[in-house]
Amino acid sequence: MNNWFSRFLTSSLGKKLLMALTGLFLILFLVVHLSGNLQLLKNDGGRSFNIYAEFMSTNILIQTISKLNFTFILLHVLLSLYLTIQNRRARGSERYAVTSGKSSIWASRNMGVLGTLVLIFIVVHLRHFYGEMHFGSVPTVNYDGKEVRDLASVVDYWFSKDWYVALYVFSMGALGFHLWHGFVSAFQTLGLNHPKYNGLIFFVGKTFSVVVPALFAWIPIAMYFNI
Amino acid sequence: MKLTLKIWRQKGPHVKGEFKTYVHEHVSPDMSFLEMLDVLNTELIKKGEEPIHFDHDCREGICGMCSLYINGRPHGPLQTTTCQLHMRSFKDGETITIEPWRAKPFPVIKDLVVDRSAFDRIQQSGGYISVNTGGAPDANEIPIPKKIADEAMDAATCIGCGACVAACKNASAMLFVAAKVSQLALLPQGHPERKERVERMVAQMDAEGFGACTNTRACEAECPKGISVAHIARMNREYYTAMLSSYELPSKAGGE
Repeated sequence: MNNWFSRFLTSSLGKKLLMALTGLFLILFLVVHLSGNLQLLKNDGGRSFNIYAEFMSTNILIQTISKLNFTFILLHVLLSLYLTIQNRRARGSERYAVTSGKSSIWASRNMGVLGTLVLIFIVVHLRHFYGEMHFGSVPTVNYDGKEVRDLASVVDYWFSKDWYVALYVFSMGALGFHLWHGFVSAFQTLGLNHPKYNGLIFFVGKTFSVVVPALFAWIPIAMYFNI
Repeated sequence: MKLTLKIWRQKGPHVKGEFKTYVHEHVSPDMSFLEMLDVLNTELIKKGEEPIHFDHDCREGICGMCSLYINGRPHGPLQTTTCQLHMRSFKDGETITIEPWRAKPFPVIKDLVVDRSAFDRIQQSGGYISVNTGGAPDANEIPIPKKIADEAMDAATCIGCGACVAACKNASAMLFVAAKVSQLALLPQGHPERKERVERMVAQMDAEGFGACTNTRACEAECPKGISVAHIARMNREYYTAMLSSYELPSKAGGE
């Protein structure tokens, strides 16, 4: 463990860097995922969504990136677990009797809790959608002579259950708070803190963390109420 | 003013401590926080009790010796050092909880006194510059832009009190180390050791057992000198650059 590269990545700053880089990759993934999901709102009986889902689950390049994405999620989760334990140890055995939350924002202090909520949601919805698509049996529909799995019908089924819609919306709330701190924080960790572009990072980061989860959450709401 | 004080009492490094409650009846709003404790200690000594131990030195806000975690905030409710905090910042009849800095690398020595020599060891590992002996160089011989000089000066105002560690939920020392790295990285005099410095100081910070930064920015909000987390970003840049481009630190170089 004494070559420069492992010393770099196992140092406190190296681990922070990995958290930031994997986090930013997952942010990019959210954009791709959302652009696919938004097709559910098209009034075409799920046709464009199904074609998109079929493409995503069969294209070799997309599947490679998907495996990479899973690796990054796992890395992000395991590193944060390790860092959380390490950081708690750094506080020592005796903890403060009184703490004030005045000097930092709530989301920044609860990234672990928010991340756990998001992770639980990821697992649940992977089971219902990704799992069905890859390992389950999804009914097929015929578009112009081509058999395509009808994932939209699976989505329809789950989004008609009130508890599922509630879980979905709640989880997107957790994701929003996670991003509220995480997006801007990642750039700070990368060392990108400069008056020339701090404003831009702040604006894009905060807007992203509101708009993207809101759009994700809007889809089950709209489908549940048939808007 | 009359105050109720809940103060952490601990006889020694390896003894279990506890809170003790004191009612302080003779507090003037014009007293500094430390003077208020001085008066309480005088009363305790008169009663034959052990006075409360706390760190202090210059009482001018420049030495970094005073500490105290007051009502959940390092150096109390104002963004200043405890010695510059006055009792007018509190209300009559208020209960004030006073704790030592809590961090594994800052073990309690007695009562409210903690051992901050971890900071000294970080500083010794790289927070210096090499200067040749000889005649004194002319002032202003090396051109340094005003903005850079100001930025370096902002970092240099760090008094090493440890409020950043105390405020951080991770007990991270990033703001302290960043200020020390930044100050010298910005100036030409610090450039010969630039890469080696950040590598060594970060390695020492990790070895001391400080936590990692999660960018909550609590340190910046509580720092009595208002040092910005922009310095942490600079330290990150310095560290990444150093790790990717420095020559390996010699372990057993010849010539010794």
